[in-house]
Amino acid sequence: MHAIEKILARAAGKESVKTGEILNCTVDLAGINDLYLQTLRSFSEMGGSKVHDPGRIVLFLDHYAPASTIAQADNQKQFREFCREQNIKLLMDVDQGVCHQVLADQGLVYPGQLLVVTDSHTTTHGAFGAFGTGVGATDLAIIMITGKLWFRVPEVIGIRLDGKLSTGVYAKDVILKIIGELKADYATYKAVEFTGPALAQFSVSERMTLCNMTTEMGAKTSYIQPDKITEAFLSGRVKHPYETVFTDSGYVYAAEHSYDISAIKPQVAAPSSVDNVSDLAAYAGRPIDQAFIGTCTGGRVADLAVAARILAGRKVHSRTRLLVVPASKSVFLEAMNQGYVQKLVEAGATFVTPGCAACLGTHQGLLASGETCITSSSRNFPGRMGHARAEIFLASPATVAASALEGKIADPAPYLA
Amino acid sequence: MLKIIKGKAFVYGANIDTDQIYPGRFLDQTDPEAVARHAMEGIDPDFVREVTPGDIIVASTNFGCGSSREHAAVTLKAAGVGAVLAASFGRIFFRNAINLGLPVLVCPDIHSRTKRGDVLTVDLATGQVRNETRGLVAQAEPLSDYIINILASGGIKPMIRRSLAHES
Repeated sequence: MHAIEKILARAAGKESVKTGEILNCTVDLAGINDLYLQTLRSFSEMGGSKVHDPGRIVLFLDHYAPASTIAQADNQKQFREFCREQNIKLLMDVDQGVCHQVLADQGLVYPGQLLVVTDSHTTTHGAFGAFGTGVGATDLAIIMITGKLWFRVPEVIGIRLDGKLSTGVYAKDVILKIIGELKADYATYKAVEFTGPALAQFSVSERMTLCNMTTEMGAKTSYIQPDKITEAFLSGRVKHPYETVFTDSGYVYAAEHSYDISAIKPQVAAPSSVDNVSDLAAYAGRPIDQAFIGTCTGGRVADLAVAARILAGRKVHSRTRLLVVPASKSVFLEAMNQGYVQKLVEAGATFVTPGCAACLGTHQGLLASGETCITSSSRNFPGRMGHARAEIFLASPATVAASALEGKIADPAPYLA
Repeated sequence: MLKIIKGKAFVYGANIDTDQIYPGRFLDQTDPEAVARHAMEGIDPDFVREVTPGDIIVASTNFGCGSSREHAAVTLKAAGVGAVLAASFGRIFFRNAINLGLPVLVCPDIHSRTKRGDVLTVDLATGQVRNETRGLVAQAEPLSDYIINILASGGIKPMIRRSLAHES
């Protein structure tokens, strides 16, 4: 069995499982985001009165942190009341940040865990050897009522990474390259595992970016076998006991791909599809109105660090505004301790409360018709960050910072030599 | 029993994501009627004015990719959409739609042969799709018994409600 199958088998109380099998699994931790009051509605509509296990539920007030409309405020109020009524202690209020970063920072995710959140980017937690997957509100409400949910055991696609990253190239460039080649629906219903010697040079932060973006290939979950890098991150954070599982030799992947990352240059996904990917060079010089660094894809300490390195002692171009959103409170605090925040603010950055912010076009930095944005986030769909006739380019945090500096799409490598 | 669905087609391309089906700026809406007012707004501002109960969305690959928002399924169901036929679906959208009792069928063979406004019928029990306007027949992948059971129950909520009542 694959490690992913072993996680599902344990959660279903079975010795072994097969690809395609439908399992009813006990969910270790289930998370709800503030966008989805429907979760609480579905809970009552299905006759739920008491949450099955309040210790396995976590609420995140992250997408509307803090509320920008009365409707958002009212939804968040109902979530807070629900937590009090149901004795749910894990309420991550508007000071905490994006759910996926908060789960990592606070040691709530661990190898072998079955983690389900009402957020599509729950694939991020493959970086820790967990089975993370996103569901809708009603599926989550079923978990709240029964503690369980059905899953189909997915096929697994193996992606092997060899080589060494060039200066100015990051995990974001690698995953954009992969999505550009394999396309946005390549892994639908399937799992994606990253393997290969190149992983040794990817920090947990960079692994989270790889796994996070597998959602944009349609993946149901993703996986990286936990190693010394993972353990160093988890040690001292995770209180829950866990057991790391390993894939049996002889496991047959549904497909296998191999990439020499040495050959990858800075990438951009051009409007309006995540798989519309080219070398940055094809769009170099395109004027930029807004540059955005943040989110569960590209708003971690290392992301702010490289932006600070590029922008320290310099100024954001006069035609461009730079928004920076630390992914979480911990990220924000560490970026302050390291002096990144001061450097970025002095360079002209506008800081936004940790959370999802403008990534999904709800508040705090929306785009006007005809504007162009370059962002370290995950999606460039029409209307994603504001007006449907705004154009969004996806890139690495370093590329976003270099582009903010030049006021146009720019390669970060010259600033990092 | 599953009924035959009949309605006029609204035809879209590949990778119609949930931001196009239901833009993020309206996610603080929770009442289904309010949610229905923004159906397909990101790609087709005329949709809400033209859709009538039972109408059928026909799309190419990866319909409903992107976010986990159940609003994307709620908006289509509340707007009166009778079924969605696509060459493939985003995983979470597919689950959300079935849970709500909105039939979604994988039918690769109808998109290229259907124009907006054509009248289609869909037999959920067999997966047979007919384009009545053009006299064409296509076969969707049959739904599993598990899914047919959910649809026949009117969605997963009545099923869970019944099983909870049964336990107590």
